[in-house]
Amino acid sequence: MSIFKVGEVLPSKTYIINRASLVTYANASGDQNPIHQDEAFAKSVGLENVIAHGMYTMGLVGQYVSSMAGSSSKVREFSARFTKPVVVPAGVNVELVVSATVVELTDEVARLEITATCNEVKVLGMAKAVILL
Amino acid sequence: MLNPDLVGRTFAGATSTTITAESIAAFALALGEPETHLAPPTFAITISLEQSQSVLVESGLDWSRVVHGDQRFSIYKQLVAGMQIQCDSTIESARVMAGNEIITVRSDLIESGETAVSSWSTLVFRA
Repeated sequence: MSIFKVGEVLPSKTYIINRASLVTYANASGDQNPIHQDEAFAKSVGLENVIAHGMYTMGLVGQYVSSMAGSSSKVREFSARFTKPVVVPAGVNVELVVSATVVELTDEVARLEITATCNEVKVLGMAKAVILL
Repeated sequence: MLNPDLVGRTFAGATSTTITAESIAAFALALGEPETHLAPPTFAITISLEQSQSVLVESGLDWSRVVHGDQRFSIYKQLVAGMQIQCDSTIESARVMAGNEIITVRSDLIESGETAVSSWSTLVFRA
């Protein structure tokens, strides 16, 4: 029997994004685009400030999904649209708040719809995952 | 502009990548993931995006104009250290909207002849 119920809202988790964590992600992922690290460069290409890698934000949401599933090995499908950039000013800890609703259950899997916000603004659209039970 | 004849074409990765324990652990730690021996669900991007980039740059697109529009993963098999991955990329669709070119590339991470992860990246090349 599943530990989940259809319609259940799963507990939210908060992740901190700051300039140091962007450097750590850049090194781990290999994505060294300067818009994610260099404020002067980011502004020179018309951005408000340094922005987080979309895949970093999605990766943190993936961590949320893994933690709800019990292990990252239980995640079977994961998708999201990058709707709003996560702006990361120097010296600021930006809070990414993630939660999810169970929208479908079968004998084998649960389907989740996920919400990810920074400063109460949704930063991902259509975020969904399928996890093994 | 992408040559429309390339839509539907698959580009086989020239080399295979061996996944290391260090690369998985660094990626997991960057995401605050306690299971540092298992590739997190988005780990495939470290292999797939580079392959998509080389295919699209060779096809004449300007990577400095790119914005990631959306991303999807289907995970059939858990990626772990020691796997040898061949990455094939297929340009699934290309369209122009308000002067921006929107291209979806599917990358298949293949291990021992079987697809372990498929990764769809929709990339927007700004006008």
